[in-house]
Amino acid sequence: MPKYVKFAVQALFYAAFVAAIGVFSAWPVYRQIPEDSAQIKLSFNHGGGRLQDCRKLTSEELAKLPSTQRRPNNCARERQPIAVQMLVDGAPIYDAVLKPSGLSGDGQAETYKKFIVPAGKHTIVARLRDSKRTEGFDYESSFEVDLAPQQNLAIDFKAEQGGFLFR
Amino acid sequence: MDLLRRLLRYGFDTGEKLLSLAFPASWNPLLNLGALGFFFYWIVTASGIYVYIFFDTGVAQAFASVEYMTNDQWYAAGLMRSLHRYASDGLVAVMLLHILREFALDHYRGVRWFSWATGLPVLVLVYFAGISGYWLVWDKLGQYVAIVSTEWLDHLPFFGQPLARNFLSPDTLESRFFTLMIFMHIAIPLIALVVLWLHLQRIVKPRINPPIGLAIGTGLSLLVLSAVAPATSQGAANLAMVPGRIGLDWFYLGAYPLLEKLPGPATWSAAVTLFIVMAAIPWLPPMKRQRAASVDLANCNGCNRCMNDCPYNAITMQMRSDGRPFEGEAVVNPDLCVSCGICAGSCPTSTPFRRLSELVPGIDLPDRTIAAIRADTEAEGARIAGPARIMVYGCVNAGVATACRSSNVGVVTLNCTGQLPPSFIDYVISLNLADGVIIAGCTENGCYNRFGSKWTIDRLASQRDPHLRARVPRERIKAVWAGRLGVAKLRREIAALETSLKGLGPYRHHADRAVTPEDRADA
Repeated sequence: MPKYVKFAVQALFYAAFVAAIGVFSAWPVYRQIPEDSAQIKLSFNHGGGRLQDCRKLTSEELAKLPSTQRRPNNCARERQPIAVQMLVDGAPIYDAVLKPSGLSGDGQAETYKKFIVPAGKHTIVARLRDSKRTEGFDYESSFEVDLAPQQNLAIDFKAEQGGFLFR
Repeated sequence: MDLLRRLLRYGFDTGEKLLSLAFPASWNPLLNLGALGFFFYWIVTASGIYVYIFFDTGVAQAFASVEYMTNDQWYAAGLMRSLHRYASDGLVAVMLLHILREFALDHYRGVRWFSWATGLPVLVLVYFAGISGYWLVWDKLGQYVAIVSTEWLDHLPFFGQPLARNFLSPDTLESRFFTLMIFMHIAIPLIALVVLWLHLQRIVKPRINPPIGLAIGTGLSLLVLSAVAPATSQGAANLAMVPGRIGLDWFYLGAYPLLEKLPGPATWSAAVTLFIVMAAIPWLPPMKRQRAASVDLANCNGCNRCMNDCPYNAITMQMRSDGRPFEGEAVVNPDLCVSCGICAGSCPTSTPFRRLSELVPGIDLPDRTIAAIRADTEAEGARIAGPARIMVYGCVNAGVATACRSSNVGVVTLNCTGQLPPSFIDYVISLNLADGVIIAGCTENGCYNRFGSKWTIDRLASQRDPHLRARVPRERIKAVWAGRLGVAKLRREIAALETSLKGLGPYRHHADRAVTPEDRADA
């Protein structure tokens, strides 16, 4: 092969190599969710109430304890599981009972869920139960939202701020 | 596994052959994948240092500083940013090819497990470094990478609260995350460099720099690509929106759509299984290799040649242990020896002319001895006949010589062309076992055992011990770097040598001719 042809083939090789790099460094384009959809992200950490009420120790029981370990109440560590429900336009999209974290079940319960919904107006209802009650919910929020295409609506929960937060 | 290796090997051999039409042997990109990887690493490092001068960590500042580089300083920092991106992609491309090629050539089992085992973490570290780099730009792609990465990590039961909650909404994100990421983006490549140093420990003279021509070609090409198609951001990150359409860097982020769509336990199981299989692959199944080279002290004079020629650091010299009046003696580490036989080819006692004593060199392969090679040579010499008899010494790794055996072509196989002491050529011609000799090996610069073909060329050219004696007629010798796909090439070269030998006529042996000045010099 003549020298100039060799150089030309080398140039073609380099061109093909960098073209492959250039192309696949940003193509094919990827779409995370459909174009006319929006995303609702429900995520929170929350510790439910104690599974059992604290019991006040009697004076005899206190007297048996070493002086450095005397405390007025005896509290079990386990927390209540948390029941969560979320409805979009009346239809439930999430209904779960979240266990508290930790080996002793004394940590916060947590969740991180994503839901894809059509863009547009929706009524979102979020409910949470963290007490001993067996029916109904301790917190409930209802929001009318108009979700733009590709919008990411974050729903958090902070008991100290009154319950569900729509961000 | 063997079928897969063969298929891949055929693919690489074909690619190498095609590229050899345009590239000089030493420039062939497929023979310089590791060196190109290093070259890209240094480009990434140099461009990264420059980009870091202008980069600002922080939720709001990161994207703005990258935009400044790309738009306001496109001629310098923008160009460097593009080089940083494209060289990183090139690094992944050549690393993956390098791994596939070493797998195809069976260069990952037996004593070579170490290179494989230390190369694997480098691959993982390079991916970590690249992914953290995309995160730092904090554009829509960075947002996507951050969220999918943290969501994937959150499937592990190690974190107190989900990491992905940091990216829940714009008001939950803190700038300290960027400080952590920039630290990781700098620290991980440095750790990779340390592991790369380990990766090269078991080989002699590793090729860590590509030939200058190949370096210029690839470097310039990347520069042109950076100028023609500069790397750009994909709009500022906005956690109130889903990134939408994003241009993924498929070299680094090809698995991300799967990580995002498939259940976490499935993707984690697949990733862990893949890593374990990759790590265990040198033993799936273990290599059945020949026994390591062994030293015969009675014939070793401690000349150092085997140590100097061993491509794998398998031979060291130690103080003489048998009381003979030599300074040192060779010691073989069987855990490093690949049984290529290059040491036996370098040993000055590996001469087939030895008749008074048994042919036992100072160092030899127990499963393919120099004595056996001499016996094969003599048997083939006795078998072939005709006006142009040729003895072909063929490397088993190239594997093409045996296909050329005929009534006038004798074939003796070697573990590597470097296993052939040059005195064998003298032996064949001076004892009239053949009229000419061909050494058939792997492609030039593509020696299966790294230096076998190079040492052979140097020995034939009297540039490396042991020299081919001056009295040997060079016009009757040919080295053919045929490679595994080179049967046709070898046949052509054999035919050409046959024609040439017929023209030359029978060799006048030194006993039948006048002594020449070359003979005197040789003596």
